[in-house]
Amino acid sequence: MATSVPLATTRAATGIPTARLAMWWVIASEIVIFGGLLATYVMLRLHHDHWAEEASHTSTLAGGFNTFVLLTSSLFAVLAHQAAERGRGVRAARFLWYTIGGGATFMLVKAFEYTNEISHGYTMFRDVFWSYYYTATGLHGLHVLAGMVCMAIVAAGARRGENLHRVELVGIYWHFVDMVWIFLFPLLYIAK
Amino acid sequence: MAQQTATAYTAPTTPATPARASERAHGHPSYVKIWGILLALLAASIAGPFFGIMWLTLVTAFGIAVVKAVMVAAYFMHLNIEKPLVRYMLLAIAALVLVLWAGIYPDVQKSEGQNWRQAERVVRPAGDAHAKPAGEAGRH
Repeated sequence: MATSVPLATTRAATGIPTARLAMWWVIASEIVIFGGLLATYVMLRLHHDHWAEEASHTSTLAGGFNTFVLLTSSLFAVLAHQAAERGRGVRAARFLWYTIGGGATFMLVKAFEYTNEISHGYTMFRDVFWSYYYTATGLHGLHVLAGMVCMAIVAAGARRGENLHRVELVGIYWHFVDMVWIFLFPLLYIAK
Repeated sequence: MAQQTATAYTAPTTPATPARASERAHGHPSYVKIWGILLALLAASIAGPFFGIMWLTLVTAFGIAVVKAVMVAAYFMHLNIEKPLVRYMLLAIAALVLVLWAGIYPDVQKSEGQNWRQAERVVRPAGDAHAKPAGEAGRH
């Protein structure tokens, strides 16, 4: 069955492949979302001295472990990109699944953290700090989940040797999600 | 008609389009080495607060976070070899966020004026999510 190639994949006015440029625009819009969120932290932290006390109830061990997991998953994502550039679809798909595994581990640890915090009374409506904590980590978690789904779709194509350029694109997204966590970690787990 | 037909689009490594042809050819750095540096920085950011020195904690927490983010952006996202247009685009968006933030920040910090009520801290006892705030002024 013949399928048509979108016009956008056959030209590039900027010299940047259109799909990759589109991904950078996605990242730009994400900067507005998470940039606003991080800026809000600064405002609220300077306005509420007690945040350090509230932050002392988060688990640095869990946060540190999750940072390790996301950094490692980013390594797998870039290794997948390297494999895709060399035309090795199966290898790229395998690294993408390792990355998905990293995302799943991250979400599992976060679920344990949430369970522990909520069971000790640190719910979203206890204090402004916890409202921020659940909003920021929840929004980030949703992005991790979305990245895992997209990566599974791209991995399925890569295994068949199709659309290997998408491996880089989904990787760019994943690295950005990793970067957001790099900033959330010191804000929520270190600054006590 | 600029559309092409094919059974599937399977040419990611060949310069099949003008965009691909002009795409930067780049070698890959040692990603495992970069990952090792990132982990060392993570260890430093966790160890920082144990010294109990405020400025050191700030440097190890936030200074290192910036360094880690720059490394991920440069080497994993390949911004170091991406066309400058992308960097300008991302910096412009970040600047926009700062402008919006700067417009709101003074209002939040200086809580004076008509119809303004200074927010007070609201802390519900642990395990009592339905308890009422200490007072009306405590609503935030």
